[in-house]
Amino acid sequence: MSDLWLGLQQAVWLVITLNGDLVEITLRSLQVTLTALVVASALALPLAALLAVRRFRWRRSVIAVLNALMGLPPVVVGLIVYVTLSRSGPLGVLGLLFTPTAMVIAQVIIIVPLIASIAHQSLRELWSDYHDLLISMNTTQRQRIATLLWDGRRALLTAALAGFGRAIGEVGAIMVVGGNIDHATRVLTTAIALETGKGEFAMALALGFVLIALALLVNLAIHWLGQTERGGRW
Amino acid sequence: MALLPLKIEGACLGRRGRRWIGPVDLELAGQGTTIVIGPNGSGKTSLLRMMHGLERLREGSLRWSCPLEEARRKQAFVFQTPIMMRRSVLDNLAYPLRLGGMDRKAAQAEAEAWLDRVDLAPAARRDALRLSGGERQKLALARALIRSPEVLFLDEPCAALDGRATREIEAILQGASTSGTRLVMSTHDMGQARRLADEVIFVLGGRVHEYSPADRFFDQPETPQASAFLRGDIVE
Repeated sequence: MSDLWLGLQQAVWLVITLNGDLVEITLRSLQVTLTALVVASALALPLAALLAVRRFRWRRSVIAVLNALMGLPPVVVGLIVYVTLSRSGPLGVLGLLFTPTAMVIAQVIIIVPLIASIAHQSLRELWSDYHDLLISMNTTQRQRIATLLWDGRRALLTAALAGFGRAIGEVGAIMVVGGNIDHATRVLTTAIALETGKGEFAMALALGFVLIALALLVNLAIHWLGQTERGGRW
Repeated sequence: MALLPLKIEGACLGRRGRRWIGPVDLELAGQGTTIVIGPNGSGKTSLLRMMHGLERLREGSLRWSCPLEEARRKQAFVFQTPIMMRRSVLDNLAYPLRLGGMDRKAAQAEAEAWLDRVDLAPAARRDALRLSGGERQKLALARALIRSPEVLFLDEPCAALDGRATREIEAILQGASTSGTRLVMSTHDMGQARRLADEVIFVLGGRVHEYSPADRFFDQPETPQASAFLRGDIVE
């Protein structure tokens, strides 16, 4: 209990004093996670809409695989990205291993199925509502996808937030591909793992509290910006 | 290039060996309002959906007088249960114009003019899903008419509306018909059929049983089934 109390005190102190290391690690966490979120959303949301509006032979199988990939073990993803980006790997020439970019790539792979799957559930319902109308209006497939993404944007925000939640708390994959290098690839989760390993529980807890606060703040900010739960019935 | 006449020959709808309607042979031409009547389950909705291209033919052919892509742009459909998009009333109305490539401001200005016409201007900024049944149907009708379709299909648009809302819808329909839009509408309301029809399609058992000018249909129906239906007897 004393560790918890001490951790909370230390977290408050670190935030109040704007501790340099904490600010750096926090900003890097945000940078990596938000970049991954933007890239993953740009891939996953149109994919979800396409799966909702387009009928093709392997559609059900693709949806099943997507749902299964939601439970992708992050460490395995990290390992695959590591092998791909390592010097002897197919993309080793890019020199991305142990950089924030490699961490972004790993996070994107982890959260694309999650965002796409949740988004697909919402868009499938919206498409069943809109199907006859949009067919009747002679819309193109591109117009249908754009319409679903726009009209379903509030539900899609929830999918994106789920992706953010998974990415910001991710440790296994980014530890493998980022290497937890001080002033280079250290983020909140890998720093917590390091401090715990060193037995610095108070510091680890402090970083944990900052991580929780950060996740809550970003969620609230996105809800506020997206005007979720305000005004409409949807 | 004109959209009509529409020629339907031996058209059937169905799935998995079961025939919903057909074979249907008819030619839709000219101006005015065609009312589709018949008992529940006779195939009125399926016939309208087939003509509009919402259902794929199992057999037969359906040909407009212009290329299919052009034909699709020149027609619209109003569903029995209006489909409201998750947008404001104004944006619902501007949507077909935006699809057609009109810029946002011009589309909204045109939509506002239409909202005035259908007495929905005060609701312009409201969520479309919060409208009453009558308001929704008026909005759906305005959204279908905003691109001046040559043919408008309506599937029982007044089915769940009270007298006042029905009168408002009929006034809009008569305005559209006067402006040159060909209306093809199903209804259960024989009073409405008599008020609006220039010609009548009587559907029974998935087939067009009778297709004739309204005066002749109501005064001297050709088939005993149509006579029985007009008398209010149960026809199956």
